[in-house]
Amino acid sequence: MRRRAVDNEDPDRLYTLTGGRSQANESELDLVTLIVSQADPIPGMQSEYAKILRICRSPTALVELASELGLPVSVVKILLSDLLSGGQVSARHPSSARASAQLPDAAFLKKVLVGLHNL
Amino acid sequence: MDSTISEKATRTPLRSTVIDGLKIVVVGGFGVGKTTLVRSVSEIRPLNTEETMTQAGLGIDHSDTAGKTTTTVAFDFGRISLNEQMVLYLFGAPGQERFWFLWDRLFAGTLGAVVLVDTHRVEDSWYSIDRLEHHGTPFIVARNNFPGSVHDLTELREALTLSENVPLIDCDARERESSKQVLLTLVNHLYALSSARETTS
Repeated sequence: MRRRAVDNEDPDRLYTLTGGRSQANESELDLVTLIVSQADPIPGMQSEYAKILRICRSPTALVELASELGLPVSVVKILLSDLLSGGQVSARHPSSARASAQLPDAAFLKKVLVGLHNL
Repeated sequence: MDSTISEKATRTPLRSTVIDGLKIVVVGGFGVGKTTLVRSVSEIRPLNTEETMTQAGLGIDHSDTAGKTTTTVAFDFGRISLNEQMVLYLFGAPGQERFWFLWDRLFAGTLGAVVLVDTHRVEDSWYSIDRLEHHGTPFIVARNNFPGSVHDLTELREALTLSENVPLIDCDARERESSKQVLLTLVNHLYALSSARETTS
C-alpha cells in the first residue's frame, strides 16, 4: 500500500500549494462530500487543480481525492474551496450534514439495509 | 508516480448518479483487524490518507504548552456502493486515547460505529466504548474471533460492562460474509433505534 507520511512532505510545497493558508473557508466539507468537476483543466493551471478536475469527472469523495493526490485532507479542502468559489467543481454534501438528529429515519436506514444485503 | 495513466488504471470511479456519502467507523486497538474487515467488504482496495490537525490546548490535562500542537493521523478506508444514489464509506479508526480528537471529527455525521474487540486484549476496547457512549454514537461490538477464544459472549459482555441493548456478536473479519453480517447487525440496530424513536414521538 502506498503510504506517504506528510511529515516527509516538503513543507515549502504544501505552503506553495495552499498559498500559505492553513484553513479552508469551505469548512463544511465533510470527508464524504462528493466533488464533481464542472470544468476541464486549462493549460497553465496548477497541477493539483488540474488533477482534481480530471479525477472528479466522476463524483469523488473528498477522502478519496486526498488519498489519490497524496495530500492531507486539510490541504485538499483548501484547494477545493478555491475551485468551488471559482465554480470549477460542485459539491454534493452528505444528507447527514443537513439532518438535525444524528439518527436517520427508518425509511433511509431501510435503503442502507437493502444495499448491504445486495453485497 | 501520479501520472494520468496510473490514475486511470487504479481508480474505480463512483457512478455519476451518486449524491449521498454515508459513514460508518470501525474502531479498535492496534492489530485487531479493522483494515481486514474494511478490506473484506470494500469494493476498492482499502486506501489510506492523512489528516493534519491543530489542537488548541483546551481539555488537555497537561496543558503546560500553552500553544497549539499539530498532529498527523493516518487512517484507512474502503467503500461500498449501496445503490444508484448512496455510497457508504468505512473508516478504520485507531482506538487509542491519544486519537480522541480525530474521533470527534470522524464521528460527526457518522451513521454508527463497530467496535472490534480482540478477545485477548478486551481492555483495549474500554476506552472506545466509553467515548462512543459519551458521544451518543450508536454502536455494536464485534469480537474478531481469533482461534483460542476462551470466553463466551456473556462473559465478554460482563468484561466490557456492556449494556444489554448493545448488540454483541462474533465475527471473522477475513470473511466477506461475516463482515457483511457485522455491518447488517449495526444497521439493523440503528433501524430498531430509529423505529422506536418514531413510534414514541
